[in-house]
Amino acid sequence: MDAPSQREVMAELGVKPRARWLGRLPGWAQLFVTNRKGMFGLAILAVFVLLAALAPLITPYDPYRRAGKPHVQPGVEHFLGTTRQGKDNFSQLLEGGRASLTVGFVAGLSATLIGLAVGISAAYFGGKTDEVLTFFVNVSLVLPALPLIIVLASFIEEASPTVIGLVLALTGWGWSARTIRTQTLALKTREFVLAAELMGESKWRIIVMEILPNMSSFVVGGFVLATIYGILAEAALEFIGLGSPNSVTWGTMLYWAMRAQALQTGAWYEIWPPAIAIMLTGAALVMVNFAVDEITNPQLAATRRVGPIRRFLKRRKRSADFV
Amino acid sequence: MSSAGVSDAPILAMREVDMSFRLGGLVGKQTTLRALSGISLELTPGRALALVGESGSGKSTCARLLARVYEPASGEISFHGTDVGKLSGKALTAYRADVQMIFQDPFGSLNPTQSVAYILERPLRIHRPALSKAEVKEVSEALLTQVGLHPAAEFMRRRPHELSGGQRQRVAIARALSVEPKVLLADEPTSMLDVSVRLGILNLLGDLKRERTLASLYITHDIATARYFAEETAVMYAGHLVERGPSEAITANPRHPYTQLLIEAVPNPRHKITGAAKRRAADIPLWTDESRGCPFAARCPRATAVCRETMPGPTVVGDGHMARCHHL
Amino acid sequence: MSEAPLLEVRNLTVDYVGANAVARAVNGIDFDIRPGEAFGLAGESGCGKSTVAFALARLTRLPGLVTGGAVRLMGEDVLGFTGERLRRYRWSEVSFVFQSAMNALNPVIRVSEQIEDAIYAHHPRTKPDAARARAAELFELVGISPQRLDDYPHQFSGGMRQRICIAMALALEPKLIIMDEPTTALDVVVQRDIIEQICELKNRFGFSVLFITHDLGLMIEFCDRIGVMYAGELVEVAPADKILTAPQHPYTRALGRSFPPLTGPKVRLEGIAGAPPSLSALPEGCRFSPRCGEAIPMCMRLAPELRPTTTGGEAACHLLG
Repeated sequence: MDAPSQREVMAELGVKPRARWLGRLPGWAQLFVTNRKGMFGLAILAVFVLLAALAPLITPYDPYRRAGKPHVQPGVEHFLGTTRQGKDNFSQLLEGGRASLTVGFVAGLSATLIGLAVGISAAYFGGKTDEVLTFFVNVSLVLPALPLIIVLASFIEEASPTVIGLVLALTGWGWSARTIRTQTLALKTREFVLAAELMGESKWRIIVMEILPNMSSFVVGGFVLATIYGILAEAALEFIGLGSPNSVTWGTMLYWAMRAQALQTGAWYEIWPPAIAIMLTGAALVMVNFAVDEITNPQLAATRRVGPIRRFLKRRKRSADFV
Repeated sequence: MSSAGVSDAPILAMREVDMSFRLGGLVGKQTTLRALSGISLELTPGRALALVGESGSGKSTCARLLARVYEPASGEISFHGTDVGKLSGKALTAYRADVQMIFQDPFGSLNPTQSVAYILERPLRIHRPALSKAEVKEVSEALLTQVGLHPAAEFMRRRPHELSGGQRQRVAIARALSVEPKVLLADEPTSMLDVSVRLGILNLLGDLKRERTLASLYITHDIATARYFAEETAVMYAGHLVERGPSEAITANPRHPYTQLLIEAVPNPRHKITGAAKRRAADIPLWTDESRGCPFAARCPRATAVCRETMPGPTVVGDGHMARCHHL
Repeated sequence: MSEAPLLEVRNLTVDYVGANAVARAVNGIDFDIRPGEAFGLAGESGCGKSTVAFALARLTRLPGLVTGGAVRLMGEDVLGFTGERLRRYRWSEVSFVFQSAMNALNPVIRVSEQIEDAIYAHHPRTKPDAARARAAELFELVGISPQRLDDYPHQFSGGMRQRICIAMALALEPKLIIMDEPTTALDVVVQRDIIEQICELKNRFGFSVLFITHDLGLMIEFCDRIGVMYAGELVEVAPADKILTAPQHPYTRALGRSFPPLTGPKVRLEGIAGAPPSLSALPEGCRFSPRCGEAIPMCMRLAPELRPTTTGGEAACHLLG
């Protein structure tokens, strides 16, 4: 029975040699760039970040001041209409994005860094250090996050986005810490770590140069998830009224829109833009995380070609071994 | 077989070493595993000692004790006469340079995220800090050439996943050599390599042993390679050293019943399996503090009451050849 | 042994579909397995022997893909089986023993249940008593006391867990058992026992075995015929006793010289210099030619084909004329 040549198989399955510029990138970058979901998510984030960065330059009106009549419909003068207080929605959206994204990223980054420090130390140093740190990790995981955040935030009264971000970082590091700890425990017993120890390498150098690079995809994945948490939780806190009335973020926009009963009065343009912006940001981060998952577990990349492979088999009256 | 530069005096020795590990288990169910019982052995420059045994024999534990990964429960390990357990600070760092280890898994003993250049540079920076950056590069490339990886500059840039198993093991050997050790502990260095590659690595280790008069410990479960590589072989069972002697004598004339069982079990293409042979395998006992007598007694055809009571002492059965059995 | 082969493999081709290229792991191999025969597949890492095993068992995982060739079990086209026919093929006609017994057994389910599950999966109307009796029978066959049926996998040693896997492989009385390095992770004494056991069971029940290992000595002791693979191709097939006494292919010869002997004179052995070629950069002509000490100019230009030899086997080498 004749077998198709390698070239014929490639043609039939749509496998093309990679572009030269792609071949020059490190392995993880190649996987990321060719992952459609990840790149799409990254594109959305890039647009949002760009708009947020340019906000002071492109907002048509001052987002903190009254710019027109209340609840003006979207039109040429006010691209997304105005709020109950007559402030321009579009300007608020841009300005709010600046604050929301910054706080979300910073909260995510801080949570990841705390989790990283705690997780690695607990696992690598073991013994009493591990017991004490794990206790704190477990406490942080077991305490119900949202009620705790609400209690903390309400003590502070009218918390600015930065304060909220800090509170989120302090309550959100547990998950990262636990994953990092597990990964470090697994890596710690690998022989190259023992070889480094027998070579006389200092402990901190082992942590930074031997262990950390082998967990980088976990750290990045953890950061993406922590950022999602940061952005969504921040919006949630402000939505229920714990934010500062003077700040403009997507969350406070939702709060004021609820106060103004925007949906009931037909002012959909006051509530939908910030809601969609939050959803899109969250979704974009999740899509980026899919790509990071593929880098962490390269076997996932093999499933990209299931469609063409099924057709290939069907044409030859063969069946797939696995679904 | 010995070359001119070989001295007869051992430089690294274990005397009556015991080692225990506490086995996990929740509250109340802990047992203490006796990984080693009364092990004595010596390593001599320019000569190799093979440590042969199956899983649970304690052979890897011996290597790790000699490398000072942990301390023995009792007994002494001495290097040039000094008790290794008492070393600390600078003296311990010097010991680490003098006693180097090669691991079994070529895929695990090199950091996958670092280049070969980094892997070789670190030990040089730690133990020979006087070297300049250029000298480090020079020494690294010379080492790679010595272990058979050339062009060296090409290999410096590579990461472990771009190397074959045999090449990785050669990098591991180069790393161990970079600190100019006196003792090389090779823990099953070829068992995870392809058959055709194993001899290249063993020959390399043999050449280095002779050229640099290294005292070598070669751990393996394959008694045939023990004969090929090492002048002396010691057989271990459940943490006890049951027979030791020149490799030729051990393979040609094994005296301990376990050694005989091992040799009979080695695949022999001149023999044909018919399914008729009597079953000889049994579980290797978990030796604890409460265990008594000879560990092999449970499965030994020669076992009698005395075997279950007392561990036999060493009996000399030939020139430099001893076995521990009541019924030789 | 009857004349007609149990399993016929013709031009089997397995590719690995990567992101940018397709690597051919198995390049059109042909061989037969006869009823009641132990056929060994020898070779080193990357030669494709495990890929062949998975392909024959219909267990090829992505990115692997069988792209060509045919596999026939007593005349039926195995690669075309689907649905119910495929389920019947897997385990009740051809079963598998993996390398790492620890991975094949579910650690949280009692062993008796695991064996019984295999039985129920193919004979759903079996009564619980009958299934249990069969499990006890299988335990006895592999030399484990039936009293331990209700233990969990971690309560057994490595060798015993592998025996349990063999018991499971026998549960439905298959015609062929594929064993991929079944004893590599075990100690040498246990290994000998298990191979003896498999041989005894094979003689008793008459199933065939496809035995894959890198340990040529063990393979010669156990197998009737042996196929040697290199870089995705079969380079020699011969009766087991001829592989070391009269090897026809230079690779087989070189492999034979890679095992230090236990007895006899001590000479320096060299193994084989270099490494198997990467599947994305195969040499022209014979794939072994860059490392072959006996290569002639034709070897570099033209790939040799498997042709019958004087010792009752086949080999792919230009030196054989």
